Amino acid sequence: MSGFDESLLDDADETERVRFVVNGRKVACEVAPRETLLDCLRNALELTGTHAGCEMGACGACLVQLDGQAVHACLMFAVQADGATIDTIEGLTESGVIADLQAEFHRRNALQCGFCTPGMLVNAHELLSQVTRPSRRDIRDALSGNYCRCTGYEAIVDAIDAVAKARSERGGVT
Amino acid sequence: MKARAFSYFRAATIDQALDAHARAGDDARFIAGGQSLVPALSLRLQAPRLLIDITHIAELRGVRREGEFLRIGALTRHCEMLSEPLIAEFAPLLHAAAPFVAHPAIRNRGTFGGSVAHADPASEFPAMTLALDAEIEMIGPSGSRRVKADDFFVDLFETALQPGELITAVFVPLFKADQRFAFDELARRRGDYALVGCGMLATCTGERIHDIRISFFSVGNTPTRVKGTEATLIGSSLGAERIAAAQAALEADLTPPDSDEVPPAMRLHLARVLLGRMLGRLGVGG
Repeated sequence: MSGFDESLLDDADETERVRFVVNGRKVACEVAPRETLLDCLRNALELTGTHAGCEMGACGACLVQLDGQAVHACLMFAVQADGATIDTIEGLTESGVIADLQAEFHRRNALQCGFCTPGMLVNAHELLSQVTRPSRRDIRDALSGNYCRCTGYEAIVDAIDAVAKARSERGGVT
Repeated sequence: MKARAFSYFRAATIDQALDAHARAGDDARFIAGGQSLVPALSLRLQAPRLLIDITHIAELRGVRREGEFLRIGALTRHCEMLSEPLIAEFAPLLHAAAPFVAHPAIRNRGTFGGSVAHADPASEFPAMTLALDAEIEMIGPSGSRRVKADDFFVDLFETALQPGELITAVFVPLFKADQRFAFDELARRRGDYALVGCGMLATCTGERIHDIRISFFSVGNTPTRVKGTEATLIGSSLGAERIAAAQAALEADLTPPDSDEVPPAMRLHLARVLLGRMLGRLGVGG
């Protein structure tokens, strides 16, 4: 009935083997239970596009897609994600699904230092997959959990707004 | 900052989860969404020896009608409070509160049961269980039991949950045709913790209020029902005078904590403003 091995309690930092599908590829790695998904992505898998910011779920720099939804990679342990499908900014870039968002961010200089940009893009991608024509207020609302310490919000909102318009003129979400 | 080393166990059933907790003594924590627990572990405010992941327990999922109640499984995520049609129809106050809970990415992971168990006095959902007269169902080493929300929140982050118990579901009385609700909060920034927030549920005939439950959050150590204020509203229609009387009654019901950022008098003032706005809206249909 239990499935619980009491020896677990004696070796708290023992690593476990976890498997994910990251950016379309099956990967396995050894992680200690206390390593966050963020640590695992950046250190073990060398996917450094996912940024470590506040590591408290407040700044949004570490957003990734977990089974298709944006989540903070700093707010879960890698062991919790065992078996999940994860898409990082690298995967979203390679697949081309956010190419128009990236081009518009670039065109409008919707970044200053760029540290927050991966999280902003993951969040914008999620917003536009749920709401075809968000208002500027909707966009600001959706970005409320993404800090830009350079305060470049105006251009970021402009870029997301422009992509939403362009996509809906082309006949909906790409 | 990093959490202290711990062991991790993914439970497939409630029995497995309870058994693992019992074997670890009190030095274990259940984890579901983890949106509050993981930061607490990172800051080492908590340092359990064992983390028991209950996210994959099917029995804790699902939203369904059960008699006069809507049964909301503990693992229902905040984003589902927005997307689930049964919530919108039978627990519209929770649907109205959901967009105010943190940010979209937090809502994708955070769970309703976890929020209620965590009992953050600044959180929206624990306070709404009070307004809704909900019942919290929990299971532990000595079996399953249900506790009224009125008896659930004991003190700061302290609830009726005993060591080794976990929330299985929250039972919310079905929303009825003669009821009205309102939710609002005042925050410096959308998605931030509210300076003061409130939810209310009233049963009315026409303009006359028969019953009303008003619950505030971010005003004390626990979510707070304002029973004296509620009493001023029962049996009457909502006019300007009645609303002013309710606002005046609030002072006896609330004792906001002293803080450098928000002095008690200011928080009480904000609570009055919010109450006035919400009762005004309730008077014209909520």
